[in-house]
Amino acid sequence: MRLAKKRPTDAPLLQVRDLSVVFPAQRGNPPLAAVKGVSFDIAPGQTLGLVGQSGSGKTTTGRAILQLQKVHQGSVELLGEDLTKMSSSNLRRMRRHMQFVLQNPYSSLHPRMTIAQTLTEPLRVHRSVPPSQMRERVAELLELVNMDPAVMHRYPNAFSGGQRQRIVIARALAVNPDFVVCDEPVSALDVRTQAQIVTLLRSLQDKLGLSYLFIAHDLAIVREVAHKVAVMFGGRIVEMGNASQVYDTPAHPYTQMLLNAVPIPDPIIQRKRLRLTPPEFRFSADEDHDGPCSHGENHVRTGTAPWHQIADGHGISCRYWPPTS
Amino acid sequence: MSDPTLILRVRNLTARIATRKEEIHAVRGISFDIAAGEAVGFVGESGCGKSVTARAIMRLAPEGTSIALGGSVDFMGQDLLQLDEKAMRDLRGRRIAMVFQDPMTSLNPVMTIGSQIDDIVRRHTELRGRAIRQRTVELLNLVGIPNPERRADNHPHQFSGGMRQRVLIAIAISCDPDLLIADEPTTALDVTVQAQILRLLMRLREERGMSLMLITHDFGVVAGMVERVNVMYRGEIVESGSVERVFAEPAHEYTRALLHAVPRLDTAGRVL
Repeated sequence: MRLAKKRPTDAPLLQVRDLSVVFPAQRGNPPLAAVKGVSFDIAPGQTLGLVGQSGSGKTTTGRAILQLQKVHQGSVELLGEDLTKMSSSNLRRMRRHMQFVLQNPYSSLHPRMTIAQTLTEPLRVHRSVPPSQMRERVAELLELVNMDPAVMHRYPNAFSGGQRQRIVIARALAVNPDFVVCDEPVSALDVRTQAQIVTLLRSLQDKLGLSYLFIAHDLAIVREVAHKVAVMFGGRIVEMGNASQVYDTPAHPYTQMLLNAVPIPDPIIQRKRLRLTPPEFRFSADEDHDGPCSHGENHVRTGTAPWHQIADGHGISCRYWPPTS
Repeated sequence: MSDPTLILRVRNLTARIATRKEEIHAVRGISFDIAAGEAVGFVGESGCGKSVTARAIMRLAPEGTSIALGGSVDFMGQDLLQLDEKAMRDLRGRRIAMVFQDPMTSLNPVMTIGSQIDDIVRRHTELRGRAIRQRTVELLNLVGIPNPERRADNHPHQFSGGMRQRVLIAIAISCDPDLLIADEPTTALDVTVQAQILRLLMRLREERGMSLMLITHDFGVVAGMVERVNVMYRGEIVESGSVERVFAEPAHEYTRALLHAVPRLDTAGRVL
């Protein structure tokens, strides 16, 4: 059941504009701007990969979109409705359109609930299936993630990490969401299991038309799943474009440094890369200053966002460039 | 030992780990050699026995367990499995040193970085008095800690994850060990920091001619760092060979499956 409101077919499913999150001052530490003016769209059936090092603001961005984290500024429109301005009852109604899958499949399932109980809980909360059809729906969900419905009466401890992550995915899909935030969904898993889960997520996307925000520090995994990629550093998106633009022709010095650091599973190439003297980057502080930016524009005077389009659908931030001497 | 270029000759090593609940046959009769100055990688999925192999050489039981070892671990002519505990203690840290994955839990949070390294230097060398701190500063400098005199007075929480891992490497190399065992030394680190730590390990190994046993689940990490690689599965070495050969022509089906599953940045991504 989609929202009744008529939406143009080419409208993005999710539209994030100028999103900022500030963590309040704590124990003598000043307030921390964790997310600074983040904007992007996700089209129906598409994946945006969000990459960056730990502490760059990726997870906070995902939480702020789902309204699990207080938004300081900006808007988050899902299916044309701004979640940041919604009453809590309307937000609860919207929650069935947006779900999440987190990193650790060991802590995200309740150890004393059977798989059937875990999967019926969201159905009951959102009253999406009449009680008589619950069992049928649970079986259908398990089949969707390639598991045998006969396991529904077992407890999580009977399953491996990869199987648990399948169950977590089934739970997220129980209410037929349009949008799923996957925050490091495979980083706790072994490489063969990672590949299986990635394949599953992609086939579910094709089958159900899901949109994903796929957050991961592993750039190679993101390349496998993402249509578009955004690179975060210091709370900002410093580069965004379609996957081949960002991976094949990275333009921001931080993106270049990040890609160069990823080890390549080829002994000859990788040995050569390790022998190269690493470039020493020092990224400038993130301040508004009255003067031309790295692209020659004075954003304080023009009032524009520190963002520059370099190709169709490919943009970079002029913040955090190495200081020019 | 028959071959003088070998520093480690492991034969038919078995390890059984006993917890309160169960006993696990974690290493099932593996044999391998490490030559002087050589770097050897151990790869495999979690639970394959690669970390237990490292601990077995050091005769250390994983936290809260006991370990029963079989076979032989010939380290420069001595079978480590036959040594008494005191001789083993003398050898650990001095001749064979180890770096673990998590740099936070391996450091004492209430002692300064400098005094922790001082302790190791005092215990393992003849240096006394001011020479100890001099050596500590020298070690911190060697692993690329800026302003080592000043940073020696910091506590671990004032160091980033990458800096803490550098400190652990400084401690590990403080006695010029013949063999350095690194168990997932970069797994908890960001990719740019990982590259720095790998370069550091490579440099130290070349400068000091020490042997390196590198344990990792990451084929990208092992690719550039070692000459030979052992692939482990369910407590056994299923494939062993030069890193070039194993990557180019994996002989065992399990190795092929693992390599096939590794996503790569240098090949095409999602087909749109």
